[in-house]
Amino acid sequence: MDASLPAHMRPERSFQGFILALQRFWAEQGCVILQPYDMEMGAGTFHPATTLRALGPKPWNAAYVQPSRRPKDGRYGENPNRMQHYYQFQVIMKPSPPNLQELYLKSLAAIGIDSAVHDIRFVEDDWESPTLGAWGLGWECWCDGMEVSQFTYFQQVAGVECAPVAGELTYGLERLAMYVQGVDRVYDLNFNGRDGDAKVTYGDVFLQAEREYSKHNFEVADTAMLFEQFKMAEAACRKYLDAGWKDGKREAHLMSLPAYDQCIKASHVFNLLDARGVISVTERQSYIFRVRELAKACGEAWIHTEAGGAA
Amino acid sequence: MPDLLLELFSEEIPARMQAKAADDLRRLVTEKLVAEGLVYEGAKAFATPRRLALTVHGIPARQPDLKTERRGPKVGGPDTAVQGFLKATGLKSLDEAKIQRDAKGDFYIALIEKAGRDAIDVLAEILPVIIRTFPWPKSMRWGARSGKPGSLSWVRPLHAITATFGPETEEPDVVKFSVDGIETGQTTYGHRFMAPAAISVRRFEDYEAKLKAAKVILDPQARKDIIFADAKELTFAQGFELVEDQVLLDEVSGLVEWPVVMMGSFEEEYLAIPDEVIRATIRNNQKCFVVKDPKTGKLTNKFVLTANIEATDGGKVIVAGNERVIRPRLSDAKFFYETDLKTKLEDRLPKFEQIVFHEKLGTQAERIKRIERLAAEIAPLVGADVAKATRAAHLAKADLLTEVVGEFPEVQGLMGRYYALAQGEDASVAAACEEHYKPQGPADRVPTDPVSVAVALADKIDTLVGFWAIDEKPTGSKDPYALRRAALGAIRLITENALRLSLMKVAASALAGLSVRPADAQKLPSDLLAFFADRLKVQLREQGARHDLVDAVFALGGQDDLLMIVRRVEALGTFLETDDGKNLLAGIKRASNILGIEEKKDKRSFDGAPDAALYSLGEERALAKAIGEVKAEASAAVAKEDFAAAMSAMAKLRPPVDAFFDKVRVNDDDAKVRENRLKLLNEIRSATRAVADFSKIQD
Repeated sequence: MDASLPAHMRPERSFQGFILALQRFWAEQGCVILQPYDMEMGAGTFHPATTLRALGPKPWNAAYVQPSRRPKDGRYGENPNRMQHYYQFQVIMKPSPPNLQELYLKSLAAIGIDSAVHDIRFVEDDWESPTLGAWGLGWECWCDGMEVSQFTYFQQVAGVECAPVAGELTYGLERLAMYVQGVDRVYDLNFNGRDGDAKVTYGDVFLQAEREYSKHNFEVADTAMLFEQFKMAEAACRKYLDAGWKDGKREAHLMSLPAYDQCIKASHVFNLLDARGVISVTERQSYIFRVRELAKACGEAWIHTEAGGAA
Repeated sequence: MPDLLLELFSEEIPARMQAKAADDLRRLVTEKLVAEGLVYEGAKAFATPRRLALTVHGIPARQPDLKTERRGPKVGGPDTAVQGFLKATGLKSLDEAKIQRDAKGDFYIALIEKAGRDAIDVLAEILPVIIRTFPWPKSMRWGARSGKPGSLSWVRPLHAITATFGPETEEPDVVKFSVDGIETGQTTYGHRFMAPAAISVRRFEDYEAKLKAAKVILDPQARKDIIFADAKELTFAQGFELVEDQVLLDEVSGLVEWPVVMMGSFEEEYLAIPDEVIRATIRNNQKCFVVKDPKTGKLTNKFVLTANIEATDGGKVIVAGNERVIRPRLSDAKFFYETDLKTKLEDRLPKFEQIVFHEKLGTQAERIKRIERLAAEIAPLVGADVAKATRAAHLAKADLLTEVVGEFPEVQGLMGRYYALAQGEDASVAAACEEHYKPQGPADRVPTDPVSVAVALADKIDTLVGFWAIDEKPTGSKDPYALRRAALGAIRLITENALRLSLMKVAASALAGLSVRPADAQKLPSDLLAFFADRLKVQLREQGARHDLVDAVFALGGQDDLLMIVRRVEALGTFLETDDGKNLLAGIKRASNILGIEEKKDKRSFDGAPDAALYSLGEERALAKAIGEVKAEASAAVAKEDFAAAMSAMAKLRPPVDAFFDKVRVNDDDAKVRENRLKLLNEIRSATRAVADFSKIQD
């Protein structure tokens, strides 16, 4: 931890200070610090900076905060730690550096978790995303019995073998910050690190949104529109992918990113439909399959782009 | 003689894989050593979360010299073959070969003498291959090298390999090799947090001691012992008792290199949750042990955690942190439990109409209806009240849709019981909600309450008949629907409760209730019966009983009353232990053998009653008379299900059978007499078939 920081910027005092400390730490490790992707998505992994950049031979080191939307996890702001919108902090390093575990532990130290008094553990957790056609091996990282991060060596993403393998770290920011600040209810987190009248809590920022979106996600979201949007996004993704092949030959692709946006869109629309309870168990599998097919086609396109390492 | 020390130092190995990996490492290395002619004195392997280690002691320093012979072309064979032979064997000319004669002619033989190599060189060759092909259940690639084909796969990134070889009295050598850029050496590392520095090691003895000094307990058993002893002491000191849990202990010992046991607590209000749910919450999610009060036998509001460090603050932060995690978990569990109690079990059932049990076998709702009908049918056969059995079958699966079971699948059934009691169901009905899953395995308890038995049987038989009907039978090691376990469960329910029922009839009824119509519906019940026979044999074999007797009884045909089959097998087993039994079996086998040979010779069977007028010897008449008596007596005894008495009757056959073989020549010159004597032999066989087909019994 940086002792020179003013009190309101310290990671154990303020949520924003906490995020800044992580960003600064990973910037020092050579990561590009990105801003959140401007689309709704279920996890930081969906960000093209992870999904697509994990593919191909080119080195890539990035870190960013990604708002994550899980419509089904909404609790109308009444549950102390479950929300339909929360933040993930995502780090991706390709190829995975040999000291990634050590870097991770240092990042914990940077946010005030001292390994001399905390019990930090790497507990087996194989990660798989059926919608992204992705899997990897790694751990959930425990601090005093609490899962605080996910640590994965990507083996396959969007149906493509990772060569070389990227290491991915995902921090559940609210949970970690709650632990560091010592609060039991997410809405009580001190957001800006100030006291008295100047203090802004997480609840001040997000409680209203949690209530509104829970109602929207579970009760009101227009399912007819969403079904239509799913179909449109799927069709658009296919259309852009087809149109992106340079000279109509499957050698170079020019539009993998716009196509992938539609895949992200389809995935989020599916999550909303799922929260509305209008997708049966068997249909569910088929929707997941359809999103995965889009993701795989986008991955295939990406590795034929210049940034994806083709030519 | 020299010893080998091998350590594979990696990132955290999943706890569940460690024991097998250590065992695999020991097995693979020692097998290969033996195959290379290096017979060792002893070997032991260890695992911690971050390392696999192996010590093999007493390996010879050199391989023995090897002499092999290699056969070449025929003398006078074509020149190309001769040249090829010389090249392959390294001989300078044919003068160095010797000539050997066999049935096909004279051949050149090369004698190749291969000098034994130094064991350290052999190790340098075999170890990298074992590492590269190590049988991890799941392995991965990592780092810059993973961009290239052929990079190493390991369970998690491998960082260092220590490999030393040498006798006790000398400085050992490093076994030099490299795997995927990792060069072997003699440097390892201590505990991740408490002693992360590099450690130089020479051989197993100093390796283990230095690790211990660096806060790593190498031996998993030692870690288990520490955790177990400390946990017991810690709880005992406060007047409590540890709830022992071997599976959890195994897992926890694989999560730490330096176990530090501590106790935490939670709010007493959570003790309102059923003990099993508290335990599932704390054990599954937090890998902590629960604690009970020896006075009441109920859980207390304490738990035991195992940390991986000696924290500088004595563990205060760690305990507080774990308590903070457990609290909301228990709060969730309590909320789930209380929410569940608000809905009656039967009100959950309509949801099953949306849940597919199996694509070809319909929804869960349909399955529940089938089980209800079958349970009602089985109930009178097992002494259960039909209404209660039907009710129990109706409710038994409902807890699958509760919040608690959704969260903790292992408490399925048990929660059904809690919820059934809470809504005022009959005690037997509630018990059946839990017990109809039983027995789950050979060690599991078999329910005895007739209502539980009826539902348990209905559940298992519906499953078996259903999957038989859609041809999803177990094959080899594949049994995805656990049908073998279901059949064994049914066998134990029937035999241990001494139930009388016709499996064929129950199976036929279950089949009639299915909506699928298999092509060979006629054959299905007997097919299934054969599967039961196989399971019964396996079970008897595991109990140390003679499984061939099952075949002898099933061969009689029409046997589908498991209890009677088991009784027959038992009586037969006891009988065959006696001298009378053994000799009679020998006599019957002799009769069967003779009959077999003569039937083949004459291309006919010798069925039908012998003609008394053709008996010329006293022994013939005596045997015929005995057969008549024994047949009547044994059949009467079997009719009374008194198999011991049937066996005693059989025993009376022994003296006349022995006398017959002693004095009578079966293959008489007179064709008619011969035929008659063969018919008499056939009668022995048929008389004994009252109890079993003795020809199926192995000697």
